[in-house]
Amino acid sequence: MTTTTRIERHHYDVVVIGAGGAGLRAAIEARLAGKKTAIISKSLFGKAHTVMAEGGAAAAMGNVNPRDSWQVHFRDTMRGGKFLNNFRMAELHAKESPQRIWELETYGALFDRTKDGKISQRNFGGHEYPRLAHVGDRTGLELIRTLQQKIVSLQQEDKAEFGDYEARIKVFSETTITELLLDGDRVAGAFGYYRESGEFVLFETPAVVLATGGVGRSYKVTSNSWEYTGDGHALALRAGATLINMEFLQFHPTGMVWPPSVKGILVTESVRGDGGVLKNSDGKRFMFDYVPDVFRKQYAETEEEADRWYTDPDNNRRPPELLPRDEVARAINSEVKAGRGTPAGGVYLDIASRLPAEEIRRRLPSMYHQFKELADVDITKEPMEVGPTCHYVMGGVEVDPDSGAAAGHVRGLFAAGEVSGGMHGSNRLGGNSLSDLLVFGKRAGGHAASYTDTLASRPKVAVPAVEAAVETALAPLQRDTGESPYTLQQDLQAVMGDLVGIIRREGELADALVRLAELRERVAKVSASGGRRYNPGWHLALDLRNMLVVSECTAKAALERRESRGGHTREDHPTMDPQWRRVNLVCSLEGDTVQLTRKPLPKMRSELITLFDRAELAKYLTDEELAEFDALAEKES
Amino acid sequence: MAERNSPAAGDAAAKRQFRIWRGDDTGGDLQDYMVEVNEGEVVLDVIHRLQATDAPDLACRWNCKAGKCGSCSMEINGKPRLACMTRMSTFEEDETVTVTPLRTFPVIRDLVTDVSFNYEKARETPAFAPPADVAPGDYRMQQVDVERSQEFRKCIECFLCQNVCHVIRDHEENKPAFSGPRFFIRAAELDMHPLDARTDRKQYAQSEMGLGYCNITKCCTEVCPEHIKITDNGIIPMKERVVDRRYDPLVWLGSKIFRRGETPQSSVTSARAAGPAARPNLDGVHSHAGGSHDPQAEAQAQSGVNWHREVPHPTAPAVDERGKLPLTELTFDRAAAPSPFGDDVTFPLPPEHLNFAHPEQDKH
Ligand SMILES: Cc1cc2nc3c(=O)[nH]c(=O)nc-3n(C[C@H](O)[C@H](O)[C@H](O)COP(=O)(O)OP(=O)(O)OC[C@H]3O[C@@H](n4cnc5c(N)ncnc54)[C@H](O)[C@@H]3O)c2cc1C
Ligand code: SF4
Ligand code: SF4
Ligand code: FES
Repeated sequence: MTTTTRIERHHYDVVVIGAGGAGLRAAIEARLAGKKTAIISKSLFGKAHTVMAEGGAAAAMGNVNPRDSWQVHFRDTMRGGKFLNNFRMAELHAKESPQRIWELETYGALFDRTKDGKISQRNFGGHEYPRLAHVGDRTGLELIRTLQQKIVSLQQEDKAEFGDYEARIKVFSETTITELLLDGDRVAGAFGYYRESGEFVLFETPAVVLATGGVGRSYKVTSNSWEYTGDGHALALRAGATLINMEFLQFHPTGMVWPPSVKGILVTESVRGDGGVLKNSDGKRFMFDYVPDVFRKQYAETEEEADRWYTDPDNNRRPPELLPRDEVARAINSEVKAGRGTPAGGVYLDIASRLPAEEIRRRLPSMYHQFKELADVDITKEPMEVGPTCHYVMGGVEVDPDSGAAAGHVRGLFAAGEVSGGMHGSNRLGGNSLSDLLVFGKRAGGHAASYTDTLASRPKVAVPAVEAAVETALAPLQRDTGESPYTLQQDLQAVMGDLVGIIRREGELADALVRLAELRERVAKVSASGGRRYNPGWHLALDLRNMLVVSECTAKAALERRESRGGHTREDHPTMDPQWRRVNLVCSLEGDTVQLTRKPLPKMRSELITLFDRAELAKYLTDEELAEFDALAEKES
Repeated sequence: MAERNSPAAGDAAAKRQFRIWRGDDTGGDLQDYMVEVNEGEVVLDVIHRLQATDAPDLACRWNCKAGKCGSCSMEINGKPRLACMTRMSTFEEDETVTVTPLRTFPVIRDLVTDVSFNYEKARETPAFAPPADVAPGDYRMQQVDVERSQEFRKCIECFLCQNVCHVIRDHEENKPAFSGPRFFIRAAELDMHPLDARTDRKQYAQSEMGLGYCNITKCCTEVCPEHIKITDNGIIPMKERVVDRRYDPLVWLGSKIFRRGETPQSSVTSARAAGPAARPNLDGVHSHAGGSHDPQAEAQAQSGVNWHREVPHPTAPAVDERGKLPLTELTFDRAAAPSPFGDDVTFPLPPEHLNFAHPEQDKH
């Protein structure tokens, strides 16, 4: 009897890997299209990373400032991503996010309201108008709970119709997928294990939607949870898909820096949106010194003007604390390096002196509690200490903008959410992720469903592939000579944090690649003690190879891109280079080595590029592109 | 378990004694560990350090490490807590920290329990019913009206309240009929949702979710890490309305005209009462009303409601010397918790034996 005959098997039309915002929205769409859908998640239902998002979801509803529109949102997104975004994704996102947010209300979401009863919207870094729909500072919780409850309501409908809650949509929680199985170039299934029991499980399905989130666990100081080991990125690579923009990681400027155990945990940007300011150890509000030329026009030059903006945004320019995240993170980094940091190595974020205590508690309840309970700091009385933390990966699976179908040579694979790449270019604006999840989650789920309709026959899972997957999964448990997965993870984090961090240098990146190659050999021999039941050591051992291959992509691409842009800063190439703006770096896997190729960026349609000022474009485009733009403008006038 | 000597790297980090329950559904026991603890750490950090050193396969759930996901629920020195929000500085230097899995749910392994009970109950709770005639984008609600439900939507589903509720903590047999505080506030949230189209949330909670089993001990409120006032703002208002709806003929008449529990709504739902009505001085009113320990609530019940019946004697919960229900055998002198109702009480209690505070009544 082969091992495969004993493996639990399930048949689904669409399997969604990931139960965060993107995964749940995709699953809802697939189920609404009548497909039998499975949702798979490494943790319990409702605990995915999305639950941690704080600030809000960006959508140009114009509830607070009626001048807002999708065009303005589109412009902000492109600007934030330094024009490296896939323009079509940015366009779809800006156009569709208001509907996606309103739809949540029909699922039962309760956003904070404006005076006239509409959804309230708040300011956030890089957004020209107040745009983030929010619920205090727990917007992610509202979003994931709402989607979770919508799935429950669909299950209740199925129960009424078929007598079974799980007739058409089922959640497999605490289940990790370790391998995608192919039939030729078509997706045929997904293989994984139940974390609770350690038993294996095989999903036979023609369509897989990846919604596995990001890669932050490769860094020590991170706002990300243990789940973020880049599984989806790695699964896609191994299945023949490609990744783009992997050199771009977002370091959120304000993570907690003290106490050491919570280092990295996020302090939401809304603290700054609601009036919080950054100060160095001299008490100076230093962000005014760090406004780059490209943003000069939109940001205040004096504290007085900046402070007026909170009450009169139409006649004043915004405070520099609200610059895009990469700028703020770099500024903090420089202040600390110059010796003007706090004792714990951060800077001060002060809201206490800016708002009445009551107001702080009302607007930022979970920040208030977080600091009170974790750091014993009362943010209504004292400033917080903050510093940059690894937060978000802009890079991800290269997808078709409209359908979310993965590029490369695989069919039936879709991706949405943080695991997909392109939408955010070189830097994501705060709040654009939650709306991204909804817009592209829906699209990926819908297109996965219609893809299954085009198939004449169901792809078949090959038995040897399953056997190989079982063997790989069991290997760490059967070895007792290798190193502990925890040690290996620490070493990997050290390499990435020290050599592929916020500020990068050629020599260090080359060094990182050498060390990652060494680590790869050690990871291949990792061993985990204990049994198969809920064994976190074993789980980490299996995640390590994913973290490693994704880290290799990041290091390789970071070495290749000789410029600084958004979430990629090269000390040896400190400026933006318009030639590099025209290029995406694409990672693929050949055998088990990462290959890097250059691919031209798709060209923005004329009605979109003319939304920008020539003066602004001149900062990003090559002369050749500008000449084209001038010709266009002439034709129109 | 052998103690490991600390690496001679200075004595910045103190070693602390931990007792952690290790085992699975076939049994297990408390094991001793000496672990390094640094300034500012929480219990979850210590567990992570153990995983990286002495106990690589120690099973424990966590995600956010910031009290936002509700994954790391466990019992620490017998108290249901989030491990990521329990600072080591809250214990004495020489105190042994005992960590055990949630007791109300079956153990899977070590600190991980099978919480599927909660997901089943979630699935049985009827979902939000969108109003038929309001298009997406046209929802209009006032902040004051959504705030009441928002309080309950803060819930991170840590299930600590479910774990601590005595109705199921030691009464497996109550589980099928009792949804628990987490889902009472879900019902309350929908009941207070300004646009929810269902009108029978309270009745449903009473008849299908086992609301009547709850005798308002408030243990759930006490453990809630989100500080949701589960009993005062969720359970008690629901119980009151269930009761008055059944027995008050005027209310019954009113419900024919308006949806119960609501004032008529314009398209902007701001018509809610603007703050509490002035109350007569109720000091000194004595009442046996219900199990509520809130004197004001009792006073209101006594003064505002004329039930034309004898006030039943309260059945005092069996509390320990601190005046609290014992949370765990580890800190209690008996095996298994007693029924707080006394042995002569059977469930569900007849509704006429329940008595509740009634804020609406004072408004006449
Ligand atoms: C602290 C914090 C605050 C944030 N605040 C904001 C904000 O205010 N606004 C905003 O727009 N964005 C914010 N973000 C970013 C945003 O929350 C994330 O980018 C987004 O939630 C990602 O959602 P997702 O659906 O792609 O994936 P996730 O929600 O991360 O879900 C990933 C899912 O995939 C599952 N999974 C992963 N690997 C596997 C596998 N191998 N097998 C099975 N399942 C797997 C996981 O279990 C999980 O269910 C914040 C992020 C953090 C960390
Ligand atoms: S008040 Fe007591 S009995 Fe009622 S739900 Fe809460 S813990 Fe259970
Ligand atoms: S109500 Fe409070 S204690 Fe209960 S599950 Fe929600 S957050 Fe946890
Ligand atoms: S780890 Fe998320 S609540 Fe403790």
